[in-house]
Amino acid sequence: MVTIENLHKKFGKNQVLSGVDLNISEGGIFAVLGPNGSGKTTLIKSVLGMVIPDKGNITVLGENIKKNSEYRHKIDYLPQIANFPSNLRVKELIKMIKDLRKPTNEDERLIELFRLEPFLDKKLGNLSGGTKQKVNLVLTFMFDSPLIILDEPTTGLDPISLIRLKDLIKAEKAKGKTVLITSHIMSFVEEISDEIVFILEGKIYFKGSIQKLKTKTNQPDFEHAIASILTDNHA
Amino acid sequence: MRSRWSYVYFAFYLLLGVVLLFLNNDLSKAVITLMNVIIVLVPLIGTIFGVMYYYNSQEFTELLLAQPIKRSSIFLGQYLGVALSLSMSLILGLGIPFVFYGLFESSAIWDFSLLLITGTFLTLIFTALAFNIALSNENKIKGFGYAILLWLFLAVIYDGLFLMTLILFEDYPLDKVSLIGTMLNPIDLSRTLILLKLDISALLGYTGAVFKQFFGTSFGLIVSFVMLTIWVVMPVLRIVFKSKKKDF
Repeated sequence: MVTIENLHKKFGKNQVLSGVDLNISEGGIFAVLGPNGSGKTTLIKSVLGMVIPDKGNITVLGENIKKNSEYRHKIDYLPQIANFPSNLRVKELIKMIKDLRKPTNEDERLIELFRLEPFLDKKLGNLSGGTKQKVNLVLTFMFDSPLIILDEPTTGLDPISLIRLKDLIKAEKAKGKTVLITSHIMSFVEEISDEIVFILEGKIYFKGSIQKLKTKTNQPDFEHAIASILTDNHA
Repeated sequence: MRSRWSYVYFAFYLLLGVVLLFLNNDLSKAVITLMNVIIVLVPLIGTIFGVMYYYNSQEFTELLLAQPIKRSSIFLGQYLGVALSLSMSLILGLGIPFVFYGLFESSAIWDFSLLLITGTFLTLIFTALAFNIALSNENKIKGFGYAILLWLFLAVIYDGLFLMTLILFEDYPLDKVSLIGTMLNPIDLSRTLILLKLDISALLGYTGAVFKQFFGTSFGLIVSFVMLTIWVVMPVLRIVFKSKKKDF
């Protein structure tokens, strides 16, 4: 599905990614974890072509992403911070993104699911953080793409919406799609993901199931397993 | 945001055109006054709007970047959106009052068209330069600062330096130097182009005669327009080039 080979990226003097090799197979939910500033978002943005890598190769569904924009038809991306143009209305934004990609009717179901009807005529600048995140989710999930990338999808969501989001992600997985998630909420990751990828200091430190991580670190639960990686490497 | 301000800009030119026509009561004189305004104001507005629009739409740009659209189409689309709406404001805002005043029966129509054409060129040039500055500077304050400095340099300081060189080297033949110097600054180039068309080059003395010889001919006119086109194309190419390498 996604193959990353020897990816390097530097921002100024700050080496963020130093030789990431990663192969994401088709189907299933993959969680990308790592401490703050470990390069999770940079990795995801490289796959999307928003960050241009210094070195390395990325292929998405067999297509090299260099100098290519068509492959993004096959990706649904949820950005970390929902920064929308503040003078647009929710309805206008949804319509515009549909014009850019392809017509779909899925948005109506999602708007109902997240109870967004009362906000459709409001300007995006006047929405609360959580509501913006819901709009963000609608924009991401309304297209039926084989690869879904979610950067911190839980930010600002209330408990009910969180449950709906989990159901939504599980439903996408049941359709055989590949979902890539970054999150700092360990319980969310543990509940939802099939496999985790742990990034540390710009490299892949661990890739495998949660069970494998627990055995490797000798910790009974997931949260402590993650914490032990961090203390072992920073103490 | 963009549309509201371009209406204000349009209304401004409309007002300017009407007021100038009433005060001057003569088309050719109004054209000369307009030239003085346009030569300085158009680049300033183009620069400020370009930088402002780029920074304001940054969030939107990031949203578009994740969509299946080519980078060059995103940035060229934004550039053309700003530059063309500013040009439309200029052409319609000034054109409407002049047409109502009887431009088509007057001999000033060519001078006036030249004014609008150079105005449009200046808009395209300075919006492109502003986009370049904004693309290279993450920091908004710095970006604005550089953009204003660029305008100040080309509109005011360049002339000063130019004059100083002419005085310093007055013992040498300076026809070529001053011609090239004028060519290298789009504002100076536009000003000279219009001034000479307006047949007031006698005021410029000897240099005026040299300039008239060059710019007055169709060859000079073509070279000038080629220069202005190069001034548009170079920064636009840099927008495409730079945007392909930028991280978001």
